[in-house]
Amino acid sequence: MATLNKASRRDFLKIAGTTAGGLFIGFNWTSCDSPKVEVLSTEAILAQAQRFNGYLSIAPTGDIVIYSPNPELGQNIKTSFPMVVAEELDADWNKVRVLQANLDTEVFDRQLTGGSGAMPHSWEPLRKAGATARFVLVASAAKLWNVPAEEITVENGIISHKASKKSGHFGEFVAEASTMTAPEEVTLKDPKDFKIIGTAVKNVDNAEIFTGKPLFGLDFYREGMLHAMVQRPPFGMKIKSVDDTAAKAIAGVQDVMVYENNVAIVGTSTWPLMKAKKVLKVAYEPDGTVESTEDHNRIFKDMIANQKGEVRREDGNVTQAFKNAAKVVVAEYQCPFLSHSPMEPMNFFAHVKGDKAELIGPTQTPDRARQTAAGILGIPPENITVEITRLGGGFGRRLAADYVAEAVQISKLTNAPVKVTWNREDDLSGGLYRPAVRYRFEAALDESGNMIGYKLKGAGINSGNSTRQDNFPSGAVANLKIESVEHQSPITTNAWRAPITNFLAYAEQSFLDEVALEAGKDPVQFRLELLDKAKNSPTGEIKYDVDRMIGVIKTAAEKSNWGKDPAVKQGFSVYFSHRTYVAQVADIVQEGGTPVLKKITAATDCGIVVNPTGANHQVRGGIVDGMGHAMYGNLTFKDGLPTQKNFDTYKLIRMKEVPEVDVHYVDSGFDPTGLGEPALPPTGGAIANAIFAATGRRLRSQPFNEQEEFSDIKLAIRRA
Amino acid sequence: MAKLNLKINGQSREVDVEEDTPLLWVLRDHLGLVGTKYSCGIAQCGACTVHKNGEAIFSCITPASSLTEDEITTIEGLSEEGDHPVQKAWQEIDVAQCGYCQAGQIMNAAAFLTKNPAPSMDEIDDAMNRNICRCGTYHKIREAVAMAAKLK
Repeated sequence: MATLNKASRRDFLKIAGTTAGGLFIGFNWTSCDSPKVEVLSTEAILAQAQRFNGYLSIAPTGDIVIYSPNPELGQNIKTSFPMVVAEELDADWNKVRVLQANLDTEVFDRQLTGGSGAMPHSWEPLRKAGATARFVLVASAAKLWNVPAEEITVENGIISHKASKKSGHFGEFVAEASTMTAPEEVTLKDPKDFKIIGTAVKNVDNAEIFTGKPLFGLDFYREGMLHAMVQRPPFGMKIKSVDDTAAKAIAGVQDVMVYENNVAIVGTSTWPLMKAKKVLKVAYEPDGTVESTEDHNRIFKDMIANQKGEVRREDGNVTQAFKNAAKVVVAEYQCPFLSHSPMEPMNFFAHVKGDKAELIGPTQTPDRARQTAAGILGIPPENITVEITRLGGGFGRRLAADYVAEAVQISKLTNAPVKVTWNREDDLSGGLYRPAVRYRFEAALDESGNMIGYKLKGAGINSGNSTRQDNFPSGAVANLKIESVEHQSPITTNAWRAPITNFLAYAEQSFLDEVALEAGKDPVQFRLELLDKAKNSPTGEIKYDVDRMIGVIKTAAEKSNWGKDPAVKQGFSVYFSHRTYVAQVADIVQEGGTPVLKKITAATDCGIVVNPTGANHQVRGGIVDGMGHAMYGNLTFKDGLPTQKNFDTYKLIRMKEVPEVDVHYVDSGFDPTGLGEPALPPTGGAIANAIFAATGRRLRSQPFNEQEEFSDIKLAIRRA
Repeated sequence: MAKLNLKINGQSREVDVEEDTPLLWVLRDHLGLVGTKYSCGIAQCGACTVHKNGEAIFSCITPASSLTEDEITTIEGLSEEGDHPVQKAWQEIDVAQCGYCQAGQIMNAAAFLTKNPAPSMDEIDDAMNRNICRCGTYHKIREAVAMAAKLK
């Protein structure tokens, strides 16, 4: 049983109150060693409810409000976070209402969506929030009934004492609870007693989503608000001249303003701005280097062949290992830039009012939005409020606050409330892409097919470190060298779902397949042999759990009937990222001379599965995403601008291109880890390896459908 | 500017807009019906799908001025209580991830099932192929359309 011995300040939260309107309980642990529960007055969102902590308010009616602090972009956090609180509270889920919390750095920490980190970070604080509230409610009942607290049971929001036949719902004890001393220790449940965690609780926003209620940033409107769109420069260019005559002549356009290197068009509704953007004439001139894809291809070759990399990890003596090798395998892999392209394009609302500002919209990092606004306006961050709307996807794009900055700038310029909207063309050309990367792998094999040396050089464009030097197979190879080199480009990049590993995993897992083939070994057996070395004779530090990786490999192999049916050509892939282990097998079957991708089997170890529906969504969604971008995703550049401007040329995967996805979990019993990203990285490798098994063609670059090796392979995708 | 009389969700709505304004922006900016989504603006993704006399159309490329004789239904008007069989199936299957594309998916599915009340899985795939879901909820969309067909 887990026990809370000492609460940190952020676990129990003092909510600043202003006026009357219902009591709530604040835990103030900042000033004394034996904390007291103090009752403060506040203008609570729910007038009758009492707030137990940052996450939780309970009304005398027994109704419960759970605040979900992290931005919801489809990862289901707004449902799964409250499930954890409700679990430890022993609440009746039907009594729970969930509200998206605004940015509040006093109350919440890590109020962001990224890195699949929310659940592992907040697992314990969420549990404590529920457990401590349960504790004081039980203590209140014990006091009112004059019975020992240890004899009291709680189930489904009902507090009962069997011997005295007394029972009541939570709400009946809320007033008494407000006089209680907070617990110094709180016992958390044994996971085997979980009643809500592990069940398929439905998305709390379903009803609103399916009836078209305003939920998303783009749905936000306010009386008197101006609309704005922005013309941004191509990468590496600056404004030379602006002719706004035609744009200004369009009815509904109020003003055209140049600020910094942008042209803002402001009006009373969206459509006139879209028209104005088409007729706005802006001439640009170079401001540094202006790059195209052909430049990048040349730069990649130069980086790999000639530039000295920064060494990220070096074990043993690779030079000697390659000298001693019976066989050497070398291959290079390359991926293009990608756009995040969430279905809801970038947008944000800002209202700058003197030394205060109000921000409302879709952001993965509300605090960065606030800090960005504070920097622009030169006002203290605490003068700025941030309301987080539901996000129509993010994939990492909304970790940046560039579009928030635009709303702030234009609100300041117009002295009015403003919503900035990007059209799809803006969204594809406005930057912050998945970086393009090229990798060179080298493997040295001894006479028996053992991998005695491994080299990886990653070359990226604005990629930072394009390797993950401590990931598998590091630790499993005696002589290893991992290095990276980077080209600085005016084309902007940032995190894209499973940063770096979204492509590195494919390249590495395809390369290991090539090495296994040269070693004459079965791909699964080859990986297991390496992991055996990592377990029993490791080299250097091992930063992944070898047993958990073996666990998903074996489960995926078993569930996919690996190697059992010669008619099914299979590709294997396994990757550890964002604390979660995922192995995948792709099945291709020849039907009438056509290779048909039928199925992807996935085995995932994310520890405790909080919500099976949400988990399946993330695993299947990650696989569909990984597959779609491996097959089709390509953003090329001409003179500092993407060639693909919209979904007619920037192809996203559709319904008919999705195979069956069979999802399994390894029940390892560990605390839950995130699932927003880890299912994506292995997919490209599993598919590429299956394509090789079926056709003998090795795909070393993405997107597959634009590679010469793939041009005469008519891969069909069909569900069983 | 043109005064247009539109029949939307059974109600007569008058708007004063430029003639070329797509129905999507009339709904969103002028009538406060924001359930219909903007995503691509070029009839590629289906997020803006509404019904014109029961047929699924892309509201992002359809000028409102061309629709004055038609009955328009948006996600807000698909059912009184959010209980159209397609909406019920979407709830039951728990289809959404981010949810942004789902109104368009639902409107497409509802129009499709009116024309083809007992579709095969392949027919469902064909019909739903015109809507993009960036989160990749395709498996659940497919399952939900099949369930909605049974609920009818």
